[in-house]
Amino acid sequence: MNNAGVNRDTLLLRMSDDDWETVMKVNLGAAFKLSKAVMRPMMKARFGRIINITSIVGVTGNPGQANYCASKAGIIGFSKSMAQEVATRGITVNCLAPGFIESPMTASLPDAQKEKLLGAIPQGKMGLAEDVAAGVVFLASDEASYITGQTLHINGGMAMI
Amino acid sequence: MFELKGKKALVTGATGGLGAEIAKALAAQGATVVISGTRVERLEALAKDIGDAAIVIPANLSDMADVDRLAADAIEKLGGIDILVNNAGVNRDTLLLRMSDDDWETVMKVNLGAAFKLSKAVMRPMMKARFGRIINITSIVGVTGNPGQANYCASKAGIIGFSKSMAQEVATRGITVNCLAPGFIESPMTASLPDAQKEKLLGAIPQGKMGLAEDVAAGVVFLASDEASYITGQTLHINGGMAMI
Repeated sequence: MNNAGVNRDTLLLRMSDDDWETVMKVNLGAAFKLSKAVMRPMMKARFGRIINITSIVGVTGNPGQANYCASKAGIIGFSKSMAQEVATRGITVNCLAPGFIESPMTASLPDAQKEKLLGAIPQGKMGLAEDVAAGVVFLASDEASYITGQTLHINGGMAMI
Repeated sequence: MFELKGKKALVTGATGGLGAEIAKALAAQGATVVISGTRVERLEALAKDIGDAAIVIPANLSDMADVDRLAADAIEKLGGIDILVNNAGVNRDTLLLRMSDDDWETVMKVNLGAAFKLSKAVMRPMMKARFGRIINITSIVGVTGNPGQANYCASKAGIIGFSKSMAQEVATRGITVNCLAPGFIESPMTASLPDAQKEKLLGAIPQGKMGLAEDVAAGVVFLASDEASYITGQTLHINGGMAMI
């Protein structure tokens, strides 16, 4: 479960090399290294589940998040490549893309901004961490063995891919 | 997790291998399931297999009056409806050059028309109950295309567009609408393919094997569950990596 992620949001015009590199290192570089490290034991066991948390903005883009979006789109491409490399070994690799999920960060958004965001979600509400966790459980299960290289979007309809 | 106790479901095309497995999986999680299809004997055998949780309502989905009757009967016998699985589908494969109007219309009517009518029919009771799951079985070829299946691919791509529109219309009512797109799944039809053709198909699947009806049924159970309430307007691809969308 590559879930760790950081953001350094700012318009591209003002984005420093450090803003770029920090986000790439944690969101993409760590996932690369961890995935590579688990590959051999998973291949030996002929079973594995790698689930990478990407984001709706990795597919839709978002102003002020060029670095974050690049890293999240990158993880989707990375996952698809890896999925093909280990497909015959009982290992599946999938992404899970949450939309707008309730968190301390979203709770502290100004009401006006929150309203605008909610207006873009057909269900009209934020998701819960539980909604995402349930998707992870499903993808991790034996029953999901024929699903690989896919991205499961959990976003209340905010983007229909 | 993913329990469906007390839920009321309708599965079309339940005489096929995929539909039968979907019905079984929903029942195994605790749902009561109306199984529908054209072949009554197959439905009766499946009902026997499932037990008390199965209700048989035969219907011919190329007859639009029969589609209306199926919806009304199912809702009446179940006493409501929580889950609709539009699984029934037909194909009339041939190159476009040779495709007759009838080849086109038959596929559109069953694969798209029946799903439209059934979805519309369950919408009101689902809105009233403030809960619903509509799961439309599309296909990998609805996204990738496939020569010789212009009609089938159009219908399967069509159901994805249809589902996204509907998902937006009912999003605030506790109803989710999603598609499930199987890849190459083992069936009597695939078993009878010539070895050379099978080899070629398997070569295009990173996992190097066909999927099972159970793989698809598990996805339906997940999308039907309470836990999947924030997933709507999406397509879940179950294809062993054959297409990574």
